[in-house]
Amino acid sequence: MASWIRLAWLIAAKDLRVELRSKTALLSSLVFAALVLVVFNFARDASLVSSTVLAPSVLWITIAFAAVIALNRAFNLERENASMSGLLLAPISRGVIYVGKFLANLAFVAAVELVTLPLFVLFFNVDIWDSLGGLLGVMALASIGFVAVGTIFSAMVVKTRFAELMLPVLLLPFMVPPLIGAVQVTTRLLSGRPLSEMLGWLRLLAVYDVVFVTLCVMVFPALVDE
Amino acid sequence: MNSELASARRIIRLGFALTAIALIAVAGVYVRALMYTPIEVRQGAAQKIFYVHAPAAWAALMAFSVVGIVSALYLWLKDPRLDLFAASSAEVGLAFSVVMLTTGPIWGKPVWGTWWTWDARLTLTLMIFLLFLGYLTLRAALSDPSERARFSAVVGILGLVLVPFIHLSVYLFRTLHPAPILLKPSKPSLPDSMLATLLYALATFTLLYIGFVTTRYGLARAVAAQSGREGTDA
Repeated sequence: MASWIRLAWLIAAKDLRVELRSKTALLSSLVFAALVLVVFNFARDASLVSSTVLAPSVLWITIAFAAVIALNRAFNLERENASMSGLLLAPISRGVIYVGKFLANLAFVAAVELVTLPLFVLFFNVDIWDSLGGLLGVMALASIGFVAVGTIFSAMVVKTRFAELMLPVLLLPFMVPPLIGAVQVTTRLLSGRPLSEMLGWLRLLAVYDVVFVTLCVMVFPALVDE
Repeated sequence: MNSELASARRIIRLGFALTAIALIAVAGVYVRALMYTPIEVRQGAAQKIFYVHAPAAWAALMAFSVVGIVSALYLWLKDPRLDLFAASSAEVGLAFSVVMLTTGPIWGKPVWGTWWTWDARLTLTLMIFLLFLGYLTLRAALSDPSERARFSAVVGILGLVLVPFIHLSVYLFRTLHPAPILLKPSKPSLPDSMLATLLYALATFTLLYIGFVTTRYGLARAVAAQSGREGTDA
């Protein structure tokens, strides 16, 4: 078990190292997130809709779009020089490869979220200091599930034409439950509601994570084994 | 190879026969619904669309479940015929969900006063329609038959697991759709004549679904046989 985690981490670390050397995908995802936030600000009538009402949806739509952009990268990396075949030749189980990719994607999406959050505070003038811990928690809880599914889909779409277009078409339906839950919890967090009002949603998010991470580990071998 | 083509032809003929019987039965549904079933007091004649809408929704959901279950079987048994069957069910399901999504608003406008609302079941059926589209778009974008079969099977399985989550999360919003009238713990809250028409409609749409899928599956088998290798093209 320990070596299993270590191997998965090696794959994740490889991906992150490649990314940190070029920084193209990370930077473009961050710029994209910032731009979505800016555009959203002009997409409302400031005198009619207060920013606090709109804030949770803006935050989560931005995260969702930026995550889709970021997830496109995961298996694009392995397309060049047939490096996917190299990865598959390694004497490790397919599940380890999946978990490694999943962890790298999670770190990647987390980085995008951690930059989006302060920009969101800056642009929308929301006070998140009191609910910061809760916000980070719900970000993690909501992201695990859709990143798990997104990792599977990004492995598929690299084999298609128009991969960048195919990924959102497949992934956005799977983002609906985590997004609804995350927006509901964020709204309650920002207005200082008690934990008991969010518990149902948090449970839904947790069950979604457990079910989809398990299912994705199970189906991943079917994607890569001819 | 010729025997493969011959068996595909037999499947298509069976599909045509089933579809023909189902279409006659569907005509019967409308004669019964329009002439022998009472008009609903509050909704008036608009309620008649219910005998198309509900069975179409039923057939779409059934098609969706079949895609998920057959996909799981495909990953287990790796029989290319299962892949062709799942794809056929998805195409037919897409057609039924289009019927469901067009008849729904036509009924909703006079009765609810709005074409569309983000009610739990409406959202769920819209998502099923979008998942069908995603599944079929992915199939169209992949040229390698083995890849296409494996990838779309994964989408089919994940989609089936997603549906309860979408339903649950959207259900926690307020719901406007008429409450379940058939599958509920107490006795169905429909007059017997309407209930009989509805059950008859559900049965004929099930048969129609089976007829369509059988025909489409036979065609896929014929195409596969023609192109030489099993499951090469659908």
